[in-house]
Amino acid sequence: MRPFVYERPTSVSAAIAMASRVDAVRVPPTGADTQFIAGGTNLADYMKLGVAQPDRLLDLNTLAEPALRQIRINDDTIRFGALVRMGEAADNVDVRRRCPALADSLKFAASGQLRNMASLGGNVLQRTRCEYFREISWPCNKREPGSGCAAMEGSNRQHAVLGTSDACIATYHGDFAQALVALDATVEIEGPRGRRTLAFAKLHKRPGDTPDIETDLAADELITAIEVRLERWSSRSRYLKIRDRESYAFALASAAVALDMDGETVRSARIALGGVATVPWRAREAEDALQGKVLDEAAAQEAAEAAFADARPREHNAFKIPLGKRTLVRALLETRDMKG
Amino acid sequence: MNQAAPAPRENQGDPVVRIDARLKVTGQAGYPADIVTANVAYGALATSSIARGKVSGLHTKDARAVPGVLDIVTYDDMDKTDTPKFGNTGASSIGPLHDKTVFHDGQIIALVVAETFEAAEEAAMLIRADYEDERPAASFDSKGVKMEPAAGKNPMFKEDAKAGDFDAAWADATVKIDEKYSTPTQHHNPIELFSTTAIWQGDQLTIHEPSQNVTGWKVELARQLKLDPANVRIVSPYIGGAFGSKGPMTARTAIVAVAARRIGRPVRCVVNRMQAFGTQTYRAETRHRIRMGAGKDGRITAFGHEAWEVTSRPDPYVVGGTSATARMYNYGAVLTHVSLVHADRNTPGYMRSPPETPYVYALENAMDEMAVALGMDPVEFRRINEPEKEPIGGKPFSSRSLIKCYDQASEAFGWSKRDPKVGSMRDGDWLVGMGCATAIYPTAAAPCAARVRLTADGEVRVQCGSHEIGTGVRTIAGQMAAERLGIGMDKISVEMGDSALPPAPVSGGSISTASVCSAVMKACDAIRGKLFAAAAGRGAPLAGSGNAKLDLKDEEVVTETGKSAKLADVFKAMQVGAIEEYAEFAPKGSSPEALSKLYAGQSEFHGGENDEDSVKYAFGAEFVEVRINSYTREIRVPRIVGAFAAGRIMNTRTARSQLMGGMIWGIGQALHEATEIDQRHARYVNRDLQDYLVPVNADIKQVDVILVPEIDHQVNPAGVKGLGELGNVGTAAAVASAVYHATGKRIRDLPIRIDDLIG
Ligand SMILES: Cc1cc2nc3c(=O)[nH]c(=O)nc-3n(C[C@H](O)[C@H](O)[C@H](O)COP(=O)(O)OP(=O)(O)OC[C@H]3O[C@@H](n4cnc5c(N)ncnc54)[C@H](O)[C@@H]3O)c2cc1C
Ligand code: SF4
Repeated sequence: MRPFVYERPTSVSAAIAMASRVDAVRVPPTGADTQFIAGGTNLADYMKLGVAQPDRLLDLNTLAEPALRQIRINDDTIRFGALVRMGEAADNVDVRRRCPALADSLKFAASGQLRNMASLGGNVLQRTRCEYFREISWPCNKREPGSGCAAMEGSNRQHAVLGTSDACIATYHGDFAQALVALDATVEIEGPRGRRTLAFAKLHKRPGDTPDIETDLAADELITAIEVRLERWSSRSRYLKIRDRESYAFALASAAVALDMDGETVRSARIALGGVATVPWRAREAEDALQGKVLDEAAAQEAAEAAFADARPREHNAFKIPLGKRTLVRALLETRDMKG
Repeated sequence: MNQAAPAPRENQGDPVVRIDARLKVTGQAGYPADIVTANVAYGALATSSIARGKVSGLHTKDARAVPGVLDIVTYDDMDKTDTPKFGNTGASSIGPLHDKTVFHDGQIIALVVAETFEAAEEAAMLIRADYEDERPAASFDSKGVKMEPAAGKNPMFKEDAKAGDFDAAWADATVKIDEKYSTPTQHHNPIELFSTTAIWQGDQLTIHEPSQNVTGWKVELARQLKLDPANVRIVSPYIGGAFGSKGPMTARTAIVAVAARRIGRPVRCVVNRMQAFGTQTYRAETRHRIRMGAGKDGRITAFGHEAWEVTSRPDPYVVGGTSATARMYNYGAVLTHVSLVHADRNTPGYMRSPPETPYVYALENAMDEMAVALGMDPVEFRRINEPEKEPIGGKPFSSRSLIKCYDQASEAFGWSKRDPKVGSMRDGDWLVGMGCATAIYPTAAAPCAARVRLTADGEVRVQCGSHEIGTGVRTIAGQMAAERLGIGMDKISVEMGDSALPPAPVSGGSISTASVCSAVMKACDAIRGKLFAAAAGRGAPLAGSGNAKLDLKDEEVVTETGKSAKLADVFKAMQVGAIEEYAEFAPKGSSPEALSKLYAGQSEFHGGENDEDSVKYAFGAEFVEVRINSYTREIRVPRIVGAFAAGRIMNTRTARSQLMGGMIWGIGQALHEATEIDQRHARYVNRDLQDYLVPVNADIKQVDVILVPEIDHQVNPAGVKGLGELGNVGTAAAVASAVYHATGKRIRDLPIRIDDLIG
């Protein structure tokens, strides 16, 4: 591992000031000299592998603001501080009762040990597990812009079928983000240029020609909180995750679904897909296909077809298309059968 | 007694608790990389990023500039040593620093030594190589591989088994199966990482490294370093997962030893998880074509098994499992052929049940397909083809309890409740499938020495250079001494895992219990002889017991008629404080030089199909239930039942644990495990435990092990058949059979994944 300076700011403003730099807006956080570390379960891993090479780490765990570690629930919102641990949020009974999709997306992620360590802010910013990205001797446009994409013609069973580009097909592997994007969450961001609130759906960027730019964040901006509004559909929500083994595995395909039902009929549906796309993936076409329909197997199937209409498989990941569709069908039917 | 400690049935020993259980669960067992070593420096490997070509330049300037770097061992620096040898103890003939040729991905190009682990790792990452690279051949279908018949290429595999006129029998058969099967590349990934710690004291070299073959390594390392073997010691008291990966010595050991000599300090190199994929051995991928012909009555008349295995360019590593598949059932005519395919890959090596795991997978799948083709119950089909004698050499089985295993396992499993119709069983949204398969493993033993000492106050010390690879062999060797000497387990200590101890064979091929126990038994019996002679001698405590049979019990010499003498008194009469016996055991049929070869680090195996009088195998039957989601097709294994017969069971606790672990691994082989290879570059891709999948606790539900009583006096003096590798043979085929039963899809290529069942 390369040597680095380790510092422990004690407030959000101090952290931002320490990270602040003139060109921060143009350097993606993952390429900056100074980077934040929370649980370290993603960043420290990539530092050991030589993928991340910060010269200086700012440890967020010493920030004093209590709100960063709190889950606040009132009648119409759930607000997670960025340093809340995955495990704590997953086990919170009110989160589970009010919005099961949020709790399940966390509970079915990683392992108990990792969930105890990992923060929610770090979780949504976790970087891809593309094997070629992880091993520095391969060409990879995300790690080294312009070097090529080894996964394109390589071992790409894990890779995405939605939102891909000619430059990169890496999957966004996180689970929590699928629930957040389905539920229209927002993120609160603080930086030297002030505070801003961003729709969660705008946080992640599709790879396009610049797969190294993964989010809308500047290198000196900090996520302080994530907020989800509680609506009619929140309690009738579900996260279904399909994987190669029953625990401790990333999704091959997953679906976050929240339904607002009028009897048998869908008033509105919120759907996000994981394991199959380059970013947390809101499936608007599927939502539109369901609106006003009686939710039966045929309607669910139609929605699933719409969700994957633009899917583009590579050599080893074509199975994700039928799997993704069936995952969505199953998730829709299971969510329909939940009590509203 | 509880589930973990099954009540012993006939010819089964007590479920004695492992003597190192407490040490292990409290973290006090010292693994080789844990041994506190003064003034130690740390090593890190730099490895190649191409699979075929030449290193034309190596840039180490940046690496040397890292603060704390002490030395870099690379090309030219190993010139005064001999290159590794492939064979009995050596993993490969590739001497990575002797030759700038790159034979495979992840080949060692340098070892960096530094004051700290971190500095060594950092510097190793800064080493850059220039390559003249060539297009590599990754596997079977790659351009440029070289194929050759396996028979005769390796002393482990002399010939292809055959019997009768296969072509004629195949032409005549009424029902035929002709199918292809395959198993993937697998890497061991033991939780304890691979490591070497080298310590020089003058010209004496001590190596702390997890090893399944300390004596063999001592001799081989001495050869490479041109030392007297008496000056080399290999120490490996505990091993955190071996399964064959720590059997053959790799090139790293000598490189670390050379580094330690150069800097005049001990050096410790722990290989990281990723680099282990290229620097250690592994199970290479295999392919099979099975042709099976049968009559309408269900009798098999023709069996053909062709197989292909991948190995490295220079080494003819072969597993050759047709030896066992050709002898499994009463076939009629048999034709087998194994081919080696040389590709640009590192040399494979043993992985738990090396021949049987892939080969029996293919055979048992074909058996299931044939049962379906015949419209016959798969258990009944095996019963019909149960042989009197093995079909190749016509020899009897020393014992064979396969049908008993099927009976007991199928009853416990509830096989009779299975509706044979494909896709007929369902539980809500889950399709239910049930399947079964046979497990087989050859029973062998090898020459082994042991020293046992009994003191007047009843303390016993057993010494044997075997290896506690987690099987419980230390406990079992202690049990053998306890039983023969009439001493409680609490007064027994057992030392293993050190080449300074009496030599033992490689801990592989499930031979340890048989070989070690036979040697310990022999040493104990010599002690008994001395004690009995003294106890019954003139003027001795039991003088006049005449020819009455004597025994040892509870620290007393006892007679059949109920008389007894305290051990302490017998020692007093002998005027000695301790009796120590050194015994050498050699299995029946051993060559005259078998024992001297033991000291030279070579293990001569006997048993399996190679003995004159009979063939020797342990058998088992495994039954599996799977559940497959009707929408998303994920596969779950709610329960598995295995019944196994393996001669005398020394300890029902450790036996169950071995078999259970084997079955769990078998589930992993069926559903999870596979190393992915980038076919363009012949490089391993999923080199960590997140992406290299093995089952986690949530995947394993109910696992039942039935120990079927069996008595076999022919196998070896201890009457023991090895069972360490038996449990995971057949499991994957049983899962495949259950998947077929649930879905009607026959998946012939492992692992079976959602990809195969969706769509
Ligand atoms: C073996 C393994 C299995 C896993 N399985 C799953 C899984 O199944 N599902 C799943 O969803 N995840 C999984 N994960 C990923 C895991 O959830 C993430 O590693 C974790 O959530 C990251 O959180 P952290 O606090 O440790 O982040 P860190 O590693 O500390 O940081 C990650 C990134 O976020 C940045 N960062 C952190 N906090 C902030 C902040 N407040 N503001 C701005 N930037 C910030 C850091 O600079 C860094 O770039 C797995 C991880 C591992 C190692
Ligand atoms: S898919 Fe993306 S991350 Fe993976 S190798 Fe290609 S560019 Fe890199």
